[in-house]
Amino acid sequence: MTDKSHDPNQMTGAAMIVRALIDHGVQHLFGYPGGAVLPIYDEIFQQSEVEHILVRHEQGAGHAAEGYARSTGKPGVVLVTSGPGATNMVTPLADALMDSIPLVCITGQVPTHLIGNDAFQECDTVGITRPCTKHNWLVRNVNDLAKVLHEAFYVATTGRPGPVVVDVPKDVQFATGTYHPPRKSDVHVSYAPRVKGDAMQIRKAVALLASAKRPVIYSGGGVVNSGPEASRLLRELVEVTGFPITSTLMGLGAYPASGPNWLGMLGMHGTYEANMTMHDCDVMLCVGARFDDRITGRTDAFSPNSKKIHIDIDPSSINKNIRVDVPIIGDCGDVLADILQVFKAEAKKPDIKSWWQEIAVWRARNSLAYKPNRDVIMPQYAIQRLFELTRGRDTYITTEVGQHQMWAAQFYGFEEPHRWMTSGGLGTMGYGLPAAIGVQVAHPDSLVIDIGGDASVQMTMQEMSTAVQYELPVKIFILNNQYMGMVRQWQQLLHGNRLSHSYSEALPDFVKLAEAYGGVGLQVSKPGDLDGAIKEMISVKKPVLFDCRVAALENCFPMIPSGKAHNEMILPAEASDPAAAFAGGKALV
Amino acid sequence: MNQPASAYFIEDRHDPNETHTLSVLVQNEPGVLARVIGLFSGRGYNIESLTVSETESQKHLSRITIVTTGTPMVIQQIKHQLDRMIPVYRVVDMTLTKRAIERELAMVKVRGIGEPRVEALRLADAFRARVIDATTESFVFEITGNTDKISQFIDLMRPLGLVEVARTGVAAIGRGSEGM
Repeated sequence: MTDKSHDPNQMTGAAMIVRALIDHGVQHLFGYPGGAVLPIYDEIFQQSEVEHILVRHEQGAGHAAEGYARSTGKPGVVLVTSGPGATNMVTPLADALMDSIPLVCITGQVPTHLIGNDAFQECDTVGITRPCTKHNWLVRNVNDLAKVLHEAFYVATTGRPGPVVVDVPKDVQFATGTYHPPRKSDVHVSYAPRVKGDAMQIRKAVALLASAKRPVIYSGGGVVNSGPEASRLLRELVEVTGFPITSTLMGLGAYPASGPNWLGMLGMHGTYEANMTMHDCDVMLCVGARFDDRITGRTDAFSPNSKKIHIDIDPSSINKNIRVDVPIIGDCGDVLADILQVFKAEAKKPDIKSWWQEIAVWRARNSLAYKPNRDVIMPQYAIQRLFELTRGRDTYITTEVGQHQMWAAQFYGFEEPHRWMTSGGLGTMGYGLPAAIGVQVAHPDSLVIDIGGDASVQMTMQEMSTAVQYELPVKIFILNNQYMGMVRQWQQLLHGNRLSHSYSEALPDFVKLAEAYGGVGLQVSKPGDLDGAIKEMISVKKPVLFDCRVAALENCFPMIPSGKAHNEMILPAEASDPAAAFAGGKALV
Repeated sequence: MNQPASAYFIEDRHDPNETHTLSVLVQNEPGVLARVIGLFSGRGYNIESLTVSETESQKHLSRITIVTTGTPMVIQQIKHQLDRMIPVYRVVDMTLTKRAIERELAMVKVRGIGEPRVEALRLADAFRARVIDATTESFVFEITGNTDKISQFIDLMRPLGLVEVARTGVAAIGRGSEGM
């Protein structure tokens, strides 16, 4: 037998995990220890290259890693124990799968000989997480561990990004085996996502774009995921073609909100001009979006007279909800580069002046209008002031889920990609606070604000303790209307104004709560005090809970009601349209 | 259409359903069948028949044959969803190739004496079913063929004393010299 004791690649499974993290450039790891991951925590203790952030609940680790990933473009990494540690991760995994966020989650598992025995803190982690991951692995042999870990990083970050789980039994963590650095053969031969678009299809797309009289570009989170170059190319395409552009919730920032061709967000709570442009267009270029049901409204009346081009890296996104005419499978960045090249060589800017004139009429209806109030803070006004007072700063925004999320999307202008972290697909209340922590870990000197609601924020409030421990000065800006506002809005619209369990009774005193955690609490209820309080929040170098008391019964408009098409939006009563004002104003309260 | 109070648009789909046979070549590794079946149950697709076995043991390849029904858009979704799974090598829609042979095997137990027993044996002969077990009052027939033929045979056996049936589900392969 050869002596392997001096082979540096001989190590325990636990050591391999830390080594693999280092080899993949991981600097931060979010986690929570427990019995089945103690050997890995022991390795973490004995090194300094990977910094571990201890959360207060595993769900917090998952969302923090999501925020980290979304704001950096790098994978977020999570380490949790078996059983409840793994089940608490299910929500962030499902969230990351829906929003295509690269996560690598390592879970501990009971020793292999106990698997299936209902051992203490055992659960079928790979079984439970199979439908909420892009792929997952149970590693039964320490000599497979290096290969699986490398493949896990590759799968999470390539193609359509997504979460992966590597489940490692405790005996595998203790066992000694051979490690190897990442290599190509670590990956399944059957996994080969397509990056480059088909040249024929790209020509067809350019021909359609060049002949368009009423075009629109509809971009999504795929552009952000593709990296900064894709956003740059998208901006160039808008410039070269002169086309109007709208975006999904997930795609905000890829094209700047201050850009001249920007229509605002589309969909259920999108602007009137964005949705009308979608409905009446003759050519639609969908880049990295997936025709989600919040976007399309009624599918049989969705943009009925347009030819649709769809760029997506995931073939299963094509023709899932809406039948398209020119599908292009590939990475948004690559395909946009090819389209631009062909367009510049062979086409010229179409004359769409009359289309812009129509759009100007829709814009003039001012669909985001709301009634200003001198006595109470309107939630839209709060977001507008937050935007104005953080303008020009190095700012990242996360949100919880509900009305405040939609108001943030409508009223906060995003100029750059990777600056907006929100739970779009799964709609996870409690996402924003831990996500902000993840963002702040990645960007310690930036201003990180979680725009929250009084209900959502309580779902993961315990992570305030994490923020205090690691001196992460996240700002939790709570639009406190004492309701689950979006639930209440639907109850008012659809359930006869019976507000079943949507009132936030017994809210905590957020100021005292912040102080109890060792952070700073601020409360404001008068519009005149808002600016000063926001400035104070920004200047405080500690975690802040900002209790912004807003008008309790304000609802989120404009809105496409269920079963309606893009051109049947309800506008706010304040919009400059008498018919719509009637529809909006009378139907509610 | 009267839309119920819902946050979702509830749509009536009237596209006709089609039946397709899909051959799926996968890496034979733990959990791969659970992934495929979980996809079908999780996304609400139908499985009419499912057969699976390792077909190339050196390469650890298994072949899964699935018969499913759905609208053309759903069938396309199923194929794309299968194809994007990490351990899936290839998905071939055997129905679209129009050059596929489909076979199923069934074992059919029939109990009876006298005239019905003779009739069962005669029909079995006509269907080229083989007797693989017999007692003085029963037969087990083995029959191979496409799904329709087997269903027809079972229907004929019902009044003649059908006791039980075991069916393998459909296996499919393309005609001609080319592999999948």
